[in-house]
Amino acid sequence: MHNEITALKKVIVKAAAAAGEGHIPSSFSIMDILWVLYDKILRINPADPSNPTRDRLILSKGHGALALYAILAKKGFFPVSELENFGKLSCILGGHPDRNKVPGVETSTGSLGHGFPISVGIALGLKIRKLDSKVFTIIGDGEANEGTIWESALLAAHHGLSNLCCVLDYNHSTDRALKVGDLAAKFRAFGWDSFPINGHDHGEIYEALIKEHSFKPMAIIAETVKGQGCKMMENNPAWHHRGPSDKELKEILAELG
Amino acid sequence: MRKQLVQTVESILKQDPRVALLLGDIGVFGFRNAFQLFPNRVYNVGILEQSTASMAAGLAMTGFIPVIHTIAPFLVERCFEQLKVDFGYQKLGGNFISVGASYDYASLGCTHHCPGDIAVLKSIPGMEIVVPGTSAEFDSLFRQSYANGKPTYFRLSEREHSSVLDVKPGKAQVLKIGGSATVIAVGPLLDAVSEAVAELDVTLLYYTTLLPFDSETLRQNCHSEKVILCEPYYEGGLAFEIFRALGTRAVSLKCIGVPVMFLTDYGKPEDHDTLLGLTPEKIRVQIDEFVKK
Repeated sequence: MHNEITALKKVIVKAAAAAGEGHIPSSFSIMDILWVLYDKILRINPADPSNPTRDRLILSKGHGALALYAILAKKGFFPVSELENFGKLSCILGGHPDRNKVPGVETSTGSLGHGFPISVGIALGLKIRKLDSKVFTIIGDGEANEGTIWESALLAAHHGLSNLCCVLDYNHSTDRALKVGDLAAKFRAFGWDSFPINGHDHGEIYEALIKEHSFKPMAIIAETVKGQGCKMMENNPAWHHRGPSDKELKEILAELG
Repeated sequence: MRKQLVQTVESILKQDPRVALLLGDIGVFGFRNAFQLFPNRVYNVGILEQSTASMAAGLAMTGFIPVIHTIAPFLVERCFEQLKVDFGYQKLGGNFISVGASYDYASLGCTHHCPGDIAVLKSIPGMEIVVPGTSAEFDSLFRQSYANGKPTYFRLSEREHSSVLDVKPGKAQVLKIGGSATVIAVGPLLDAVSEAVAELDVTLLYYTTLLPFDSETLRQNCHSEKVILCEPYYEGGLAFEIFRALGTRAVSLKCIGVPVMFLTDYGKPEDHDTLLGLTPEKIRVQIDEFVKK
């Protein structure tokens, strides 16, 4: 499994190197979460990506797009070679995902605080239609600065959206601006089931994602490291949005192993 | 038009199980029957317009036709990015029905005025903008457009004109033909404009759909070099569409509408008409001067 994650991270770094830009650390912090979701949890079929009964994954923190592209390609939604053109003029893969271009992308995101309330609407729609599909949405701690996150947290609890699971990528990117503190306590105060996990431990991620939550929406606060697995980038804001040089690329690939 | 809003939307909810209504804690009493009849498709979401708009986009993604209703500034200006990104960019259909128009709530002050809604929404590619002039026109236009798969804005007002016209989405109507200018009246302003041009030798066109703009009707009915645009929101809203429709033809354009300013006085809407020059008499003087130039 470690090899699979490493391979995906290499795809991401190479894509960012070729493009000269990319949100690598924000992608690395959610790579394990996405892996467990796409490998073990989500009921989706790349051959039938718009089946109404599918589960949905919404990447609300859209700047983690490279991680989503890497896993979608790995799962067969489009060829991995597409990532070589990441960010190029006519490539389907841009810095933030476009649902009208990229097979498997449920929601076009990028402006923070939009994907999460959209997920609430999807979960409500599925509930009205009596479909048992689940909605998973990944938000960032920085994104949790946005008021719509908390508006929608109220809404999801009020409407008893037990088919909604939010995974919060707590990579502490916003600590330097506005600390968001104990997010599990905050979500619980808003009427959710919520608990922290290690967002890089596949066992913990899996156990959290399969946890029953019959009446309430669930928020998994995933403690993560921004740029996880790459010392040069880990918790280094300078790497937030940039591509590695040839020299850096070699070092990163060597470190990933 | 608020009573009509309830009747029309309630009737569409009955007809079409795909329709879901989301209220921003406005119009709740009016829709009390709808809440009873369709508890799964009618929600008083609360006073969180931005999340309501995004949530509506999520409903659209699961096959619903969402209808959001609240007062214009909260629906349009507060939710601008949600309408832009979640509906426009993602190419989702939805209906956004506002009340209050430019200054129906004159005495409530600038926070409740919305003369800028058209200019704001025009910047969203693919947004359709409808300004019905009467309750009957809203009923007809909404029934014809609500399932068009496009983000569509309906600007309702408490103020109505008194003509009975058979309006069609995307089509302007020719109400009078004359030689000295083409006058365009939008929505509820029609009465004031009709009265103003009653004695004048002008063509009068009536628009309820602003976008997509009916260029063809204007092109075919512009028999002079003068166009006068009369709009019940910030002036000049359709100026670009008019110039584009007329292409290389040299025309001069007079814009009559709400001046771009904060309306810091209170009073009644009619008081603002007088202050802003939107009475039949004041419109006539402006048109007269422009035509005689």
